[in-house]
Amino acid sequence: MSNITFTNARLIDPEQGTESIGWLQVSDGRIVDLGAGDAPASGAEAIDCGGQCLAPGIVDIGVKVCEPGERHKESYKSAGLAAAAGGVTTIVTRPDTTPAIDTPESLEFVTRRAQADTPVNVLPMAALTKGREGREMTEIGFLQDAGAVAFTDCDHVVANTKVFSRALTYARACGALVIAHPQEPILSNGAAATSGKFAVLRGLPAVSPMAERMGLDRDIALLEMTGAAYHADQITTARALPALERAKRNGLDITAGTSIHHLTLNELDVADYRTFFKVKPPLRSEDDRQAGIEAVRTGLIDTISSMHTPQDEESKRLPFEEAASGAVALETLLPAALRLYHAGQLDLPTLFRAMSLNPANRLGLNSGRLSEGAPADLVLFDPDVPFVLDRFSLKSKSQNTPFDGQRMQGKVTATFVAGQEVYRRP
Amino acid sequence: MRFAHRHLLGIEHLSQSDITAILDLAEKYVDMNRQSTKHSDVLSGLTQINMFFENSTRTQASFEIAGKRLGADVMNMAMQASSIKKGETLIDTAMTLNAMHPDLLVVRHPHSGAVDLLAQKVNCAVLNAGDGKHEHPTQALLDALTIRRAKGRLHRLNIAICGDVAHSRVARSNLILLGKMENRIRLIGPPTLVPGQFAEFGAEIYDDMNEGLKDVDVVMMLRLQKERMDGGFIPSEREYYHRYGLDGAKLAQAKPDAIVMHPGPMNRGVEIDGTLADDINRSVIQEQVEMGVAVRMAAMDLLARNLSEAA
Repeated sequence: MSNITFTNARLIDPEQGTESIGWLQVSDGRIVDLGAGDAPASGAEAIDCGGQCLAPGIVDIGVKVCEPGERHKESYKSAGLAAAAGGVTTIVTRPDTTPAIDTPESLEFVTRRAQADTPVNVLPMAALTKGREGREMTEIGFLQDAGAVAFTDCDHVVANTKVFSRALTYARACGALVIAHPQEPILSNGAAATSGKFAVLRGLPAVSPMAERMGLDRDIALLEMTGAAYHADQITTARALPALERAKRNGLDITAGTSIHHLTLNELDVADYRTFFKVKPPLRSEDDRQAGIEAVRTGLIDTISSMHTPQDEESKRLPFEEAASGAVALETLLPAALRLYHAGQLDLPTLFRAMSLNPANRLGLNSGRLSEGAPADLVLFDPDVPFVLDRFSLKSKSQNTPFDGQRMQGKVTATFVAGQEVYRRP
Repeated sequence: MRFAHRHLLGIEHLSQSDITAILDLAEKYVDMNRQSTKHSDVLSGLTQINMFFENSTRTQASFEIAGKRLGADVMNMAMQASSIKKGETLIDTAMTLNAMHPDLLVVRHPHSGAVDLLAQKVNCAVLNAGDGKHEHPTQALLDALTIRRAKGRLHRLNIAICGDVAHSRVARSNLILLGKMENRIRLIGPPTLVPGQFAEFGAEIYDDMNEGLKDVDVVMMLRLQKERMDGGFIPSEREYYHRYGLDGAKLAQAKPDAIVMHPGPMNRGVEIDGTLADDINRSVIQEQVEMGVAVRMAAMDLLARNLSEAA
């Protein structure tokens, strides 16, 4: 197979923080060479990128695929197609399925389903505690052997600090990464909005943004105790950032992510109780959103993920308090992120550092970069092409996107996984 | 008079002139309701369904009388005892009722925003009779009418709203309405029940009731909504009464002609002194109930005029 040379490409290099017009050569699924200017002559198949952007494919930590349990919401097949169409070349799946992925056997089921149906890389995560109930840790060692790349109870906070500290201690011995949802669980219980003028006006049960800081503070203290490797799934408030900054400065093994929705939407977007805008944690104030963008720019927040959470119409067509949380985002992650680029707030290398390089590094993967020897997981996109999003055009089985009907700019032209084209825009 | 709204979902969407129009029409119905023959046929031939997903005696009765006096065919549905228990969703219930071609749907629901959601799915006019902690527009309108009749105006008054503001849709609707009509509003209560965010609506917040009541024209008491509280917001009812219950001594801080209001039902001895509530020189609580019927008649009348135009 497969020697390809991409020519006339705007190469987005998140490692160097640069972008330049050049060429990139792929052989046997790996990047073998790249450079500026015109490509050297070779016998390989050439793809003329026409000046479009060629970036390392997105590594998305925290994608919910609803197998097992709710395949009508999203299957491995539909999630794979959506990911490919969105330029996501690696999905790191969440274990908050029904039942939870908390045994090596259920993890093997997931791996088998993923291999059969999905054109992109699938790396499964496993639950940190059995049933995500926060009482007993899972078989972290066995699950690692079965392929779990990280351990998380997703949006369930392990409220019992003793259980959590033991799980962190044990995970450290296994060299396992723990991903947690920093939130004070009792304070945030039942909340559907962030406390503030908007929540008061709409009469919604709300949580103070401080609950995130409190959750993060506890987890940081436990990291000092245990020395575990820890990733906060979503840091969404300005108040949590100084604590994160201090923890990093003190040399703890901590990284943090945020969701694309918290970077591109704020609480006012909920407007008249639009349940597609109900996510967890709830959308924040505009000040928090701006602080999040700045933290991504400086690198304090390491990763941006889609937090892809499919929900069917029935779960969303309910009064706001009762409606399910979450939004699909595999296909809108890149165009939404490009809003920050077009707004002049983040440049493309910074965006791909947060969407590709940092998540790959955190999981110990060699992908997420444009360098010799890295897997040829690539996304080719035109950052400028405008369109109006129609949610029924999405490849996900669920269409609960907050961006329905919105103007966006930037579309994926083609996606490659290990040098193979897995998507091309018709 | 043309009322430029299809539904009455909240005060938020109304303009000053919308509010005045409803109140002016309600005045006419107050007069009508005081005659021995209290009947009109402006809603004759129309069907009004009262859907209450939450217990209510007073509001439901008020809407029922209002509809009947205007000649509508009124049906009450106690939704708590009905299909909701069988697992039907709100939207399915709405679609089912919609197929019966009602003209006016009066809805109360325990969740904020539920009435807005329902209104998107039906063809008739929807009146919000209270949704969660969001809005209760007819209550705010009847309070406004009561104040206007007692004080002769509905602007440039000092109005204190006291008690459980956090859990109260009545407080939110009143805050919005009285703000739109350019009054000064004070919110009085313990900080657990009067969150600081309310200051962003331009209200002044007091946790000392004696200070807060100084020189106000209107004292609006709220019911302590024990059923909406999921934890300790106050240490005890007796301490609450001592600090925030309205009695003669605290009322003495207000203007001598200040009126006392309460949306009902009252917890005597918890938020208001029983004798004070019955004092016909100060309390307009009974008048509020009377205005409630008239305001609801006016609101349904205005919405129904749009229906006949559309037909």
